[in-house]
Amino acid sequence: MKSKLVNKPLEARKASPLLVSLSAVFLGIVAGALLIALIGKNPVTGFDRIIFGALSNVRRVGNTLGMATQLILIGLSVAFAFKTGLFNIGASGQMLMGGITGSILAYYIPLSMPRPLYLLIIIIASALVGALWGFISGFLKAKFNVHEVVSTIMLNWTAYWLVYDWIQRFIVDPTIVVKSKPIETVHTLRADWLTELTGFSTLNYGFFIAIIACVVIWFILEKTTLGFRLKAVGSNRFCAEYAGIKVNRSIMISMAVAGALAGLAGLTYYCGYSNIMEMGKMPNEGFDGIAVALLGNCSPVGVFFSAVFFGILKMGRGSLAATGIPTEIADTIIATIIYFTATNVILANFWNGRFRKSFEKMEEAVGLALKSQGRESVNISDLSKEERKELQKLGKPMLKEQKQKEKNIGKEAK
Amino acid sequence: MEVWSVITSIIPAAIAYTMPLLMGALGGLFSERSGVTNLCIEGLMLTGCFASATVIYLMQSAGVSYTLAIVCGIIVAMIASALLSLLHAVAAINLKSNQVISGTAINMLATALTLFLAQTITGSGNVTVLRGIIRQDIPVLSKIPIIGPLLFTRTYWTTWICLAIWAISFFMLYKTRFGLRLRACGEHPSAVASAGINVHRMRYIGVLLSGLLSGLGGACILATYAGEYNSTSGINGLGFLAIAALIFGQWKPLGIMASTFFFGICMTIANMGRVIPVFQGIPTGYLGLFPYVATLIALVLSSKKSSAPLASGEPF
Repeated sequence: MKSKLVNKPLEARKASPLLVSLSAVFLGIVAGALLIALIGKNPVTGFDRIIFGALSNVRRVGNTLGMATQLILIGLSVAFAFKTGLFNIGASGQMLMGGITGSILAYYIPLSMPRPLYLLIIIIASALVGALWGFISGFLKAKFNVHEVVSTIMLNWTAYWLVYDWIQRFIVDPTIVVKSKPIETVHTLRADWLTELTGFSTLNYGFFIAIIACVVIWFILEKTTLGFRLKAVGSNRFCAEYAGIKVNRSIMISMAVAGALAGLAGLTYYCGYSNIMEMGKMPNEGFDGIAVALLGNCSPVGVFFSAVFFGILKMGRGSLAATGIPTEIADTIIATIIYFTATNVILANFWNGRFRKSFEKMEEAVGLALKSQGRESVNISDLSKEERKELQKLGKPMLKEQKQKEKNIGKEAK
Repeated sequence: MEVWSVITSIIPAAIAYTMPLLMGALGGLFSERSGVTNLCIEGLMLTGCFASATVIYLMQSAGVSYTLAIVCGIIVAMIASALLSLLHAVAAINLKSNQVISGTAINMLATALTLFLAQTITGSGNVTVLRGIIRQDIPVLSKIPIIGPLLFTRTYWTTWICLAIWAISFFMLYKTRFGLRLRACGEHPSAVASAGINVHRMRYIGVLLSGLLSGLGGACILATYAGEYNSTSGINGLGFLAIAALIFGQWKPLGIMASTFFFGICMTIANMGRVIPVFQGIPTGYLGLFPYVATLIALVLSSKKSSAPLASGEPF
């Protein structure tokens, strides 16, 4: 009886998205190392300090996860829009709007309100305001065909100036006029047990919000008709339209959900990770989220792990100061990684080529081994895996010999 | 007269704000007309701004004459941006990757790389030049009533270079064989290819021109009104305003001239609002968001008839 594997026609392995992502990370790190070497510093110490700064004790691990919280939510936001074929680079603005909503509520809601109710209110409010900010871009795209990249950038700067004004107007710290008044710890997402557990790190309830969001987004995308519709619009909007899916509505829903996720990220950033908002500061995390989503291949699980990876880079760079390497090296690595994920064709081609070569070699070796045993008529795909491996081992020296012979003949001919 | 003095203070400033935008939009025009979507104008302009800041700062502190330093700075800025735009060209043309993502990657790369280099060069992250371009009145023309005070007083010499480049580009795009081929590459590349013209080469030229012009735009920002490369605010999304101006101007030279001037006026109001009596009551924040909201409204208004190049963003 033949086993299952045998019936499958043999062909070379294809590069998986994971392998492509890992290659992009590798190239990004190489580029970072080159840059560090270029300014006359030692790359090994640089990366050693980054790992040390991010993971060397409980508090640092907590801080890294605290930073990863925002990145997970923003990565999800970008990934979700991307599934519908939309490129949300307005996460920074949506984050600012979610953050300012949370901050203003934290400032005005009395401390006497029960904490669970309070948390529920700020979570819902900031998600809603973020959703509104994302919805505007979706609406403009659906109704007026305004490219979402341009409109989200304009909304980023609009949010930037609105927040600039609102900090001054509503929640200013009278002693430092360019910052908001620090929020009381009981009004942030921080939890005493988490803070104590992780040696007073920035880890907060936001991390759990992020994990729940991962599960919910996975569920929506994979298990609901809504997710199916959104993905259909993303892969071919004309086909989706023909099938009766309301494309314009899908675009608006997708951007609103993306905005809500980014709004939540703003809440975890400004009312959890930190407790103040500064005037005139555009959060960089909105753009890092693009890298997180692309590196994670836009899947919730991928987003989670790539966010943790970027969290390590972003937290670890703080320890670079002593070595004299500018901390922006982390951002350079992130940008390089995105460039290589954008040009993933080249990476996939590279790996596919490698796989094909080794596959052809295997085929040749097995063929030679079969020939030596006088079983030329046997089809390779009919062999079982173990048999193939053995034959390959047997055929390898023969292949080498043959190559050597060919070389010698070539030399003589010359 | 009150109104007249407001106008004479706004228009020369608006012209100064318009020129970098015009160069950025013109760069985008070349790239998109050749069929490559270019969202990295922001990054290219930022690179130009940083490169010129560094060169001018280093040369001026070394005692080279101020004007020579500025000229060198502008040239280096153009070369630096062109080199960066090559990255986009390789990704978009040869590797056929997603041009929106590649553009965004280059924007981020430009932000991170310029910051990284600024930190290593000056230590603080900001690069401030000793002196930018001095504003000058044009000898005879500035005496003409009405037009004189509006157009020919207190001008930067870069303004005239930018205008000349705009005029040359206009001529090149519509009156030469090269321009026809470039435009055809953005509309129907396979037709161009069947006529025996190398589409990839034309698109490379388009993207490189966008790099050169955006670099010039970035250098203009620095040498005219900014005077420093600022690590926290960068160029405030000006590159994206240029792209919006390109769309609002319907991918045509005359159109982008008008739309960039409109945005220039908006920027002037945002930046000089507090000096102009009419706008004094409005808080800084609301003045600041004015150009961006105006852009959104402009995009909505111009969306009905879009004449985007047909093959823009399509790999060939």
